[in-house]
Formats: sequence, structure tokens, C-alpha cells
Amino acid sequence: MTTATAPETSIVMQDINKWYGAYHALRNVNLNVRRGERIVICGPSGSGKSTLIRTINQLEPIQEGKIVVDGIELTAGGHNVDEVRRDVGMVFQQFNLFPHLTILQNCMLAPLKVRKIPKAEAEATARKFLTRVRIPEQADKYPAQLSGGQQQRVAIARALCMQPRIMLFDEPTSALDPEMVKEVLDTMVDLAKEGMTMLCVTHEMGFARAVADRVIFMDQGQIIEEGSPEAFFGNPQNERTRAFLKQIH
Amino acid sequence: MIRPFGFNDIILIAEAIRWTLALSAIAFAGGAVGGLLIALARTSDTRWLRTASMLFIRLFQGTPLLMQLFLVFFGMNIFGLPINPWLAASLALTLHASAFLGEIWRGCIEAVPLGQREAATALGLHYYDRMTSVILPQAARISVAPTVGFLVQLIKGTSLASIIGFTELTRTGQIVNNATFSPFQVFGTVAVFYFILCWPLSLTARRMEIRFSRATTR
Ligand SMILES: Nc1ncnc2c1ncn2[C@@H]1O[C@H](COP(=O)(O)OP(=O)(O)OP(=O)(O)O)[C@@H](O)[C@H]1O
Ligand SMILES: [Mg+2]
Repeated sequence: MTTATAPETSIVMQDINKWYGAYHALRNVNLNVRRGERIVICGPSGSGKSTLIRTINQLEPIQEGKIVVDGIELTAGGHNVDEVRRDVGMVFQQFNLFPHLTILQNCMLAPLKVRKIPKAEAEATARKFLTRVRIPEQADKYPAQLSGGQQQRVAIARALCMQPRIMLFDEPTSALDPEMVKEVLDTMVDLAKEGMTMLCVTHEMGFARAVADRVIFMDQGQIIEEGSPEAFFGNPQNERTRAFLKQIH
Repeated sequence: MIRPFGFNDIILIAEAIRWTLALSAIAFAGGAVGGLLIALARTSDTRWLRTASMLFIRLFQGTPLLMQLFLVFFGMNIFGLPINPWLAASLALTLHASAFLGEIWRGCIEAVPLGQREAATALGLHYYDRMTSVILPQAARISVAPTVGFLVQLIKGTSLASIIGFTELTRTGQIVNNATFSPFQVFGTVAVFYFILCWPLSLTARRMEIRFSRATTR
């Protein structure tokens, strides 16, 4: 249940274990996220970063552990997952816009079908967020007519139209041409400034330094190290973190 | 008594086209409903639905259409239903079309990128809305060409219904041939009519296929 007084803790993950068949993808992961906190998750390929954030809206089910999102215990089953998904927006590496719908329709679909708000209101909300991500003039185009950076900003707007309290980003700039990375990162920085709770898988270290409250390093399904950007980049404790940071620089 | 093959015979055969078309339409409409259900079952998260629909498809893919017609025709008699070529042919061809369209459409649903389903799920859309608003509209676009292709097969397949006594194009040809004994002219005429029905459809299917492959390799 969502409580009237917003809990200070946004996400609680306790002793998470996840397997893909026999492969142990998440090992005893513990993570608490405060309301409004901005977390950047990094780590080598295959370390479980995507898997971790995808368990928060149950795109990936877990086998062991407990996840509570905004006071709703996801792992308790029932309709809790629906409530959580309504509260959690997600942005993917490949944008995943619906190609057969216009930009406006992309943004209105979930509010209409899931929140069941009136059409005029859904459209007003969609236009508001398209303006926020600085592409109000593209509303009637189809995704294929937009550049990658524009598509990713639409994807952010589409998620925001559900008025989520938490936003998950899975390498949102990795599929973009270098000249488009900045426009997407700027949009995310704006969002961070507004106090959105954000979990962001990214290797954009400039972004991490600028907005992250905490940087988390994962390797082989475990959280190996975490700390403030200053501590994390300035004085990494773990050897594997150091090796990783050397690689991406 | 044998009469010569003439213009009246051609008219007689041409008039039977409507029965071929009627049977094709029934089988296609029924097969569309059945095929959608089969395709959804094949792609569902429920294991027994996947298995059951897979067995249904294999059964109809692995046996000749003629045997399917026979089994339904004589099977209905065993279950106490009156022998009725209309009913038997419609039912058998509907089941046949359900299996084949089900398999074609399963492929089209699976061809929609997984990210589409994930994005819809992350937005909180449930199965029904996810399917009707996101997955099926995209699958439908891919499916047009192979579906029209199957329709051509189905129209030609209705000729087998003549064997259980359904009077469509082929059966009318046989009847005319019994009276005129000019098999080459008679069945030549019948074949031309099938060709006139099917050729434009094949052409359309091929054109759509080319247009689609162009659109996707952009
Ligand atoms: N659906 C799946 N089935 C089986 N194994 C999977 C599946 N998804 C991920 N894995 C495996 O789980 C491990 C973690 O995957 P994950 O995608 O979370 O890594 P990641 O840290 O996001 O990597 P990347 O930086 O490449 O995106 C990998 O070894 C991957 O091969
Ligand atoms: Mg990943």
C-alpha cells in the first residue's frame, strides 16, 4: 500500500539472489535508496547492472530476497507489482518507442490505459513533458522520423507522463551518436535537479560526478564498492574498481 | 448421353466460383479467429497452452488436407451428426486454416522486438492492452504478405472439398465433364478460373513482401 506520508526510503533491496537457470546473476545484493537520491551504477559488461535495476519493476523476477518500493512490498506478490510499475518509470538503451504510434500517442498510451485518465488530460500532460524535454514540435511525428537523441528524450517524456516517483535508466546514452549524448544527459540532469529518485546504469562519469549522490560498482553479480563520487573516483578502495576505472578512462 | 462442351458449360462452371469463394471466405474467417487464438496460445507464458497449441499445429501440418476433410466428414457421422458436405468442408477447412494461420501469426508476434513488450510492461500495461495496443498492431503489419499467401493456398485447397461431394468449382467441372466428356476443355476452364482468382492475390502478396522488406532494411 502507498502510505499517505511518503516514506523516507524509496527502495529497499534485501539479500537479493537471482539466477538465470544455473547462472547466479545477483549474489546477496543489499541496497537502500533514499527518496530523491541519485544513484549511478557502473561495472564491467555482464556484471548484473541491468539485471539489478530490472528487478525493481519486476521485468526480472528474483528467487530470493525482499524488495520494497515506495512502501509496497514487490516480493509479496498479488497486485503489488502493478502499483510498483505505476510508480517506477524506465528508460532503455534502445529507446523502445512504439514505432506504429506517433510521439504524442506514445506518451498518452499508458496514462490512458493504466491510469485511465481522460484523453484531454493525457494529451495536456504529454505535451507538457514533451516541452520539458524540449521537443514539443515533434508531437505528431513517428519515432523513425526522429534522431536517436530525440527518440531517447521522448522515451524519458513517455515515462514521466505516468508521474513516476522513481526513474530507472539502463545505459540511456550507449546507443547514441556522440553528438547526441549531451542532449540526453542534460535532460537527465534537469530531472535530477527536480528531485526525482534516479537509478542510472551508465559509464558517463561526467554525469556521475555532476549529479550522483552515490556511485555503485558491480562485478560478478555483487556490489563490490559504493561511495560518493569524490570518494569513488578519487580514492577507490577495491582493486577491481581501480582496474575498471583505469579501463574506461 | 454426351453433349458437346459449349458456352453454357463455361457459364455453369463460372457460376460455381461463388461456392468456392463462399467456402474460402468461411474457412478464412473461421481460421482468422482460430488462428489468432492459436497464435496467442503459442506465444503465451502458460506452458500447457503452448504445448496444446503446438500439438494442434503439428497435427494439421503433418497430415494431408484430404485426410483432414475425410476425418471430419466421416467423424461427424460417428458423432451422430448428419452427413453434410457444407458443414464438414467448412469445419475441416476452418481447423486447417486455424493451424496454418496460427503458425504464421506466431512467427509475426515473435518478430516484434522483445524491447516492445518490456517497454509496455514497464509502463504498467497488462496483457490485453499490451497485445492490442503494442504487439498485435506491429505483428499485423508483418503478417499481411504471408497471410495473403496462405489465402491463395486455401482457395486452391477448397478444390479437395469436391471429393466429399461439396459442389464448388472443381466438382462442377467434374459434373460438366460427365455430361460432355471433354476433360481437357472442362478442367482447362476450371484451372483458368482458379488462376484468375489466385493470381492477383499472389501478385499482391509478393508486392507487399517486397515493400515490407524494403521498409525493414532501411
Ligand atoms: N535472459 C537471460 N538469460 C540468461 N542469462 C542472462 C539473461 N540476461 C542476462 N543474463 C546473464 O546475466 C549476466 C548479467 O547480465 P546483465 O545484462 O545484468 O549485465 P550488465 O551488467 O547489464 O552488462 P552490460 O554492461 O553488457 O549491459 C550476464 O552474464 C548475462 O549473460
Ligand atoms: Mg546491461
